[in-house]
Amino acid sequence: MIKVENLTKRYAGHTAIKDLSFEVGRGEIMGFLGPNGAGKTTTMRILASFLPPTSGRASIAGFDVFHESLQARAHLGYMAENVPLYNDMRVTEYLDYRAALKGVPHRRVGERVGDVKELCGLREVEKKMISALSKGYRQRVGLADALLHEPDLLILDEPTIGLDPNQIRQVRELIKNLGKQHTILLSTHILPEVEMTCSRVIIIHHGRIEACDTPENLLGGIRQAGGVVVEAKTGNDDGVEELKKISGVREVSTDKEGEWKIFSLRVESGVDVRPEVFQLAAARRWSLRELTQRRATLEDVFVELTHPDEA
Amino acid sequence: MRKFWTLLMREIRSYFYSPIAYIVLVFFLLVSGMDFYLQVSFMNQRPINYTILEAFFNSVFFWFAFVLIFPLITMRLFSEEFKLGTIEPLMTAPVRDWQVVLSKFFGAYVFYVVLWLPTLIYFVIFQKITHQPAAGSAGAYFGSYLMVLLLGMFYLSIGCLASALTKNQIVAAVVSFCLITLFFFFGLVQYVLLDVSGATRDFLGYFSALEHMGTYSRGIIDTRPIVLYLSMTTLVLALTYQAFQSRKWRL
Repeated sequence: MIKVENLTKRYAGHTAIKDLSFEVGRGEIMGFLGPNGAGKTTTMRILASFLPPTSGRASIAGFDVFHESLQARAHLGYMAENVPLYNDMRVTEYLDYRAALKGVPHRRVGERVGDVKELCGLREVEKKMISALSKGYRQRVGLADALLHEPDLLILDEPTIGLDPNQIRQVRELIKNLGKQHTILLSTHILPEVEMTCSRVIIIHHGRIEACDTPENLLGGIRQAGGVVVEAKTGNDDGVEELKKISGVREVSTDKEGEWKIFSLRVESGVDVRPEVFQLAAARRWSLRELTQRRATLEDVFVELTHPDEA
Repeated sequence: MRKFWTLLMREIRSYFYSPIAYIVLVFFLLVSGMDFYLQVSFMNQRPINYTILEAFFNSVFFWFAFVLIFPLITMRLFSEEFKLGTIEPLMTAPVRDWQVVLSKFFGAYVFYVVLWLPTLIYFVIFQKITHQPAAGSAGAYFGSYLMVLLLGMFYLSIGCLASALTKNQIVAAVVSFCLITLFFFFGLVQYVLLDVSGATRDFLGYFSALEHMGTYSRGIIDTRPIVLYLSMTTLVLALTYQAFQSRKWRL
């Protein structure tokens, strides 16, 4: 659906993206992650034919975004960052206008506008001026607009930014449902969201792709593949020495809470040391009140890839 | 074509949604009404050998209001879209650049025509009350309004160009005002330069909006200004198209 080859974009003085190549297949929900200024918006704008690339090629549904931009745009529903809208129009009026602009056939405009209003929960504000809408509703109008012409591909630039947790949940559900019929490329900072919705993830940093894989593989692949938290009263034992002897444990750090010691164990990936910890505790007669495996999150992956020194 | 209409309708509607449109309408009606009133009172004081129509279209008042309205009409056209970022959803929809440029130009043009419509009433009222013809012939009406349309076309295209170059509406207004007055005074240079040949004087005369309006409001339709303004408008719109496309490289 999306094919990007060696895409580079230079602005005066700095390079926003360098030699980017990736593909998004039909029906995928691709998460696009990266710190602010990593080049996410630039990439999405190039894909939406809003900016020309300095070099390299990109195509949508087989149409080059530069040379066949009109056809490419016809296959694309794009939601820009911060959702710029005409404040002097009413919601329905705006959607009618956008539908006509996107070439929705005359007799279907009413039906499509009704459908997207229903889907995005815009019924109660349909007669309101856009200037009077809250951030959440503006976001939904942007999303409704992107869906109007039933595009094969949706590109959403931070669709959940500035929303409250309930709204984020609603938008997430919406995106998940849309993923059944559409291919989606979405950028976001909210990592749990990506873990829950995306089938694949691209992490981009300083204009380069650092990783491109499924969330599961990314989680499996990082150095700091989770850890184990142990809270115990170890009596006369130090604890650290004993725990370090368990095979698979790389590092142990301690903390104190009254007479309870809190050990954070870094373990090699794919190894579960909890039974050994329990047996050790039983053998040394420690009282144990917590023994948990901490799952690595995408946040860990993100931090490790984008701040390798601090991870 | 449908996309062009959609864009055009949105442009026209957005004029009537904005307070600036009404301020311009009121300002223009005030000044042109004042112009008309003063011309009539001059006529009451002494006998003159021109018609009220000629007087109306050739007074200082007229030109004062005339050059001022264009920056006000055109300054927001592109600048506002750049500023608000609405250019992004607009240009990521499957529309062509020229459709956007032309729809903005013609949107402004429609508003401009609406601005002028009420002035027709002045002449109707004049004839009703004085039982005198307001113009020498029907051709004089035709000529005057034709020149209004031609000049408007050209000056609006300049305004479009200025607006396509910046996201700051004030800058757009100032640039278009300067360009328009420059063109306007270009035609007046012949009155300032004393020691120039007749040929130079004639040449400068071709560009004089004052002179064009003078002849047209007497009902004399000279084809040279028509060619001049149509070709200049086309040229400036082509430049606007280029300026609009350059946003991609400037961003």
